Amino acid sequence: MAQRAGEPPRSMSSRGERSQDAQPTAALLSELVAHLRENRTQLREEWVRRITESRLLTAMTKDEIFAEATSVFDNYVEVLETGSVEALQAYARNLSERIIPRGVETHEVVGIVLLLRDVLARSLFKKYQADFGLLNRVLDAYEPAANRIANTVAVGFVQERERIIRQQQEAIRELSTPVLQVRERLLILPMIGVVDSQRARQLTEQLLRGIRSNRAKVVVMDITGVPSVDSTVANHLVQTVEASRLLGATVIVTGLSPEIAQTLVTIGVDLAKMNTVGDLQGGIEEAERLLGYRVVNEAEAPPPVEKE
Amino acid sequence: MQVPILKQRDYLIASIQSALTDADLLRLRDDLVEQVGRFRSRGVIVDVTVLDVMDSFAVRTLSALAHMIKLRGAETVIVGIQPEVAFAMVQLGLTLSTVATALDLEEGLVYLDARATSKQRGDRRGGRGGR
Repeated sequence: MAQRAGEPPRSMSSRGERSQDAQPTAALLSELVAHLRENRTQLREEWVRRITESRLLTAMTKDEIFAEATSVFDNYVEVLETGSVEALQAYARNLSERIIPRGVETHEVVGIVLLLRDVLARSLFKKYQADFGLLNRVLDAYEPAANRIANTVAVGFVQERERIIRQQQEAIRELSTPVLQVRERLLILPMIGVVDSQRARQLTEQLLRGIRSNRAKVVVMDITGVPSVDSTVANHLVQTVEASRLLGATVIVTGLSPEIAQTLVTIGVDLAKMNTVGDLQGGIEEAERLLGYRVVNEAEAPPPVEKE
Repeated sequence: MQVPILKQRDYLIASIQSALTDADLLRLRDDLVEQVGRFRSRGVIVDVTVLDVMDSFAVRTLSALAHMIKLRGAETVIVGIQPEVAFAMVQLGLTLSTVATALDLEEGLVYLDARATSKQRGDRRGGRGGR
């Protein structure tokens, strides 16, 4: 914001002080930027020292911190100079993409940006300590810009995190649950992960299509990988069993943990229609029995008739 | 439109050709119940492959049909329910739970054969899907 020169004499408010300023904010900022550029090496080192002291970014090596600090510093100064946060936003996104997988936490990122702000502010105090009025005006110009930068970086980081979370949710949702044929007319459906109503519906449709295309007689639905079961999931199980029966297939549900069994009994879901077996192995054995297979261990089987 | 009823060995096969009105359904029911006695059939297959919707009236009529056939001494199996239809049916609570179902005509015949064999043996184990 450019300030007009020749305003009325100073008042005690900071606004007043800024308004009466002979030097517009822009000019102050460019002076400030020149100062920061001049002392780049020293300020950067001071900053890295404070980062290490505060035990931030422990997931990164000293060299990496230094390299990262250099580019953050340069970006920081550039934003002070141009007032445009777009480049910084892009940089913050890029930085977040690189450091989030390494386990850098939000408080660390916010912490280092605030540290940089403090380090730079200290250097300003030092430079302008002789002229308190000027110092105030410089800080007036510096602080909003610095805060905006801190904001931008923090928001960028959090947004990146949220983006990753959304992406992962999407990935989980789209995780196709495979419908696998293990034997002629026997399918298994290993269900993994949280099942919400949308996914439940998708699973059922997939299974029903699988039953028809594979001409399945028996389906083993394994829910070992489902962390919790609520009434929605339980109803979904019941519906899947019934819909499969309409297509002429029997469903065997396996992998109900003690907790899930307890939940189902507690919420009073009617599972009488469901054929349940303890684990996947038992389920497949039961399915083979239904299909009329008999698995024989060769060692225990009677020796095959020798051919002449 | 009338549903053709084919006699095949000991079985009657009703193959629905297009969407049916309620009156058509009732007529199908009556025809089947009547013919099952006339031909001394042991099993009835109703093929609903072409139906892309099964409303509560259709489901009720089919299960009534199955019960009536049962009283006339034969088995009924509904075949060819589409996956989408099956899913819609269970969501509406129309589970046809007292009626045997099979994937298609071939499976329906296999089911009826299995029932016939198990009846001959005098045990009730054979067959699957019936309740």
